[in-house]
Amino acid sequence: MAEQTAPPVIRDGTPTKPDAAVVRDALGVGVAVGLSGFAFGVTSAGSGLSVLQTCVLSLLVFTGASQFALVGALAAGGNPFTAAAGAFFLGTRNAFYGLRLSQLLAVPKAVRPFAAHWVIDETTAVSLAQPTRRAARIGFTVTGLTLYVLWNATTLLGALGAEAIGDTAAWGLDAAGPAVFLALLAPMLKSATERATAGIAVLLGLGLLPVLPAGVPVLAAALAAPLVLWFQGRRMGPTGREKDSR
Amino acid sequence: MNVWIAIALTAAGCYLVKLTGLLVPAGALERPLVQRLAALLPVALLAALTAQQTFGMGSTVVLDARAAGLAAAAVALVLRAPFLVVVGAAVAVTAGVRALGW
Repeated sequence: MAEQTAPPVIRDGTPTKPDAAVVRDALGVGVAVGLSGFAFGVTSAGSGLSVLQTCVLSLLVFTGASQFALVGALAAGGNPFTAAAGAFFLGTRNAFYGLRLSQLLAVPKAVRPFAAHWVIDETTAVSLAQPTRRAARIGFTVTGLTLYVLWNATTLLGALGAEAIGDTAAWGLDAAGPAVFLALLAPMLKSATERATAGIAVLLGLGLLPVLPAGVPVLAAALAAPLVLWFQGRRMGPTGREKDSR
Repeated sequence: MNVWIAIALTAAGCYLVKLTGLLVPAGALERPLVQRLAALLPVALLAALTAQQTFGMGSTVVLDARAAGLAAAAVALVLRAPFLVVVGAAVAVTAGVRALGW
């Protein structure tokens, strides 16, 4: 564990971030996002899943967008395979987070199967923002632990609450799911490429709703991503310059 | 039973992709096209899911109170409100519009 190869640290100048500051950052993210497990618990139980099923999802899947997507697809009558496929494709971004984190955190082989469960949007964001490996490791661990505990506790509370109040739609709780998706999507819409992809995906997702079985239109809408990249590639040409129209 | 199948598949699939990221050697997924596709895929899925869960009713497209709720969430996002406020605004406005009988 000793960081023999790390560059020397000036003792009194402390160019490194104090551990307490890292913990504070991590707790801020962990608490804020952890509490939104409540919205998931309510949405899931309101979609017809049992309290046990809802809690198992938060314990074992532990990646919010995929969980919301799965219960949404099941509520819309999708079969388990298309529903799980949509949730899975949303989860693939975590593989790319893991790639960044495995270099940054230098996770020991034996710890990787356990650390993997916490490789999600928030832990990655906090870890990547840290100046040193030590700070990144503290950030990852504190964010992961806080988020895991709170997300699961509030999932349970939300699911129990939804069962207690009965008709969740009367309380507007069926709007929580799409609002969560919009909040996750908004910061990703950085350039025209992302906006074009989102626009085409909306058209495909809604346009195909009447003609394809439940759950399939979302998967078809995912084709907007390769479609936009393909169009871009054609316009730019192999040299990266705008091509003439023949 | 179907729900449990879906839960098991999702849990296994999502865990395996997380683990893959930590286990594969660096560089395996570093091709620019793969990276760009990986960044755009969530954009497409989240956009489609947002639209469907706002305007979808079974296999039909409808305009109801959820649209007002989503508009409220969008306003909250533009105002840089925290995550929970964005979700809360959508829920409150949807409930309010429904209470008015729309």
